[in-house]
Amino acid sequence: MTLRTIVKILGVRIGTLALTVLAGGLLTAFLVRASPGFDVDERELDPRLNAASRDSIQQERAANRNILGFYGNRLERMVLHGDLGTSPSLNRPIAQLFRERLPVTAQIMAIGIGGGWALAFALAMPAVVCRSRVFRGLVGSFQQLLMCLPAAALALLVFDFGGPVRALVALVICPRVFEYLRNLLVEAYAQPHIVTARAKGLGGGRIWARHVLPSVAPQLLALAGVSVSIAFAAAIPVEALCDLPGIGQLAWQAATARDLPMLVAITFLVIVMTQVCNSLSDWAGLRGRQA
Amino acid sequence: MKRSQLVAISILAVLLVAALVSGAARADSHARQFRDLPEARPSSAFPLGTDDLGRDRLSRLLFATGISLVLAPAAAVLATVLAALVGGMAGYFGRWWDKCTVRVIDLMLSLPWLFLLLAARALLPLNAPPVASLAMTYGLLAVLGWAGPARVVRAGTLRLRQSAFVLQATAEGCGALRILWRHVIPNLKPLLLAQFWTTIPVFILAEANLGLLGLSASEPFPTWGNLLRELQNPFSVRLESFAPLAVVMLSVACFKLATPSQERYT
Repeated sequence: MTLRTIVKILGVRIGTLALTVLAGGLLTAFLVRASPGFDVDERELDPRLNAASRDSIQQERAANRNILGFYGNRLERMVLHGDLGTSPSLNRPIAQLFRERLPVTAQIMAIGIGGGWALAFALAMPAVVCRSRVFRGLVGSFQQLLMCLPAAALALLVFDFGGPVRALVALVICPRVFEYLRNLLVEAYAQPHIVTARAKGLGGGRIWARHVLPSVAPQLLALAGVSVSIAFAAAIPVEALCDLPGIGQLAWQAATARDLPMLVAITFLVIVMTQVCNSLSDWAGLRGRQA
Repeated sequence: MKRSQLVAISILAVLLVAALVSGAARADSHARQFRDLPEARPSSAFPLGTDDLGRDRLSRLLFATGISLVLAPAAAVLATVLAALVGGMAGYFGRWWDKCTVRVIDLMLSLPWLFLLLAARALLPLNAPPVASLAMTYGLLAVLGWAGPARVVRAGTLRLRQSAFVLQATAEGCGALRILWRHVIPNLKPLLLAQFWTTIPVFILAEANLGLLGLSASEPFPTWGNLLRELQNPFSVRLESFAPLAVVMLSVACFKLATPSQERYT
């Protein structure tokens, strides 16, 4: 692959990512603007305010009425000045809220993705090798049990019984990864060259490290990108119900308070995060297949 | 039909009949309050006890079961129809329509499902009447849940577009929309049916998550999500509080078991 081709592919990917982010942000802004009750500000109901104060509040909100103007202004401030605006519901700069809460969510997601994948591997590898129906049935039942539990209910159960709430996302990711992983590994483990290697007495560890895992790596990398999106979706109820001050809790608060600037900023963040992770995993998977 | 599918469908049928019979016996049983019996323990009169407002837990659970077992499939039908239209047109017409649709599907699938639902649900009135809030919740699930099935339908349509009968119909001068409606979509029926069954448990779990976050139907309407909120207070959780969770899990498992295998159609 020449340097020119790489630059071209990168350019197309970054362009698509930028367009997707802009479209997603604009769509959110339109939806919030079109939602019933957007123009209502509960401060206007305060009987202590006089007409001038109410006019001032209305003018403050009038700036957000022209959605294209609002969006253009927001983009300019964000790109040129790095200013994400202020949250009307929390009355604090959004960038500051992100700085405070991102580490919490990042930690929850990292533990969740790492733990979920580790648990899925720990269950899938023996399920592939072991011929016992009972063992396979037990592992399958555990996976189905987790798949049938709503993430929010799982969060409450762990919270009620004093379990490790920060590791909860792992239990949401594990069954989804496990299902796909087991099918991939079963297929890879039955390939003729691996059957031959086993018949010739090659050690189990070496078969897995040299033959099975490298052959399924591209598909696993593609799944890794999707795990980020699943982890964030699971982090929302976990943070909201277990009172963890992360971005998921912020998204829930912003949604219930109809906080337009906050919702647009979180949508930007989520789209960038998921698209970058998906692009990286696609790219890594492509490289793996070429290798 | 496999035996496991038959058992799953039978369990779902029993749950639905129980819910309908309970609703028919007394329409307001879910909202009736026995004010002198709040937080009552299970008894012959109240097999699952009463909640903090003195409402019969079993009646509320059966009412919520009826709602979910009727509305989740209804929303799944709507989502599947949307998926058939969008995915079918993208696969059949191709070119810019296909490219745009694929981008939109990718965007919707890359966004965390619960975040999308949470943001969209919060944009609708939160203080709407119970029936309206219920319709909004399931309507939203249908409107946002088409992307996954649409991708599968698009792939199926792309394959059918190359088939001999479509080529013959095109050669004989049949219009594109007519081919799509009369020939392509009927041949995608098994695929659409599989998508319909796959979507139902997703919607049930999504409603349960939304209910726990306080964004599903408003009181006094019970939904599975609303009933699960009882688990929020660790000090008042009793064994019978887990009944809604058990029913949710049983129903989701049954819908998963009842789903026809997609391998035959892909």
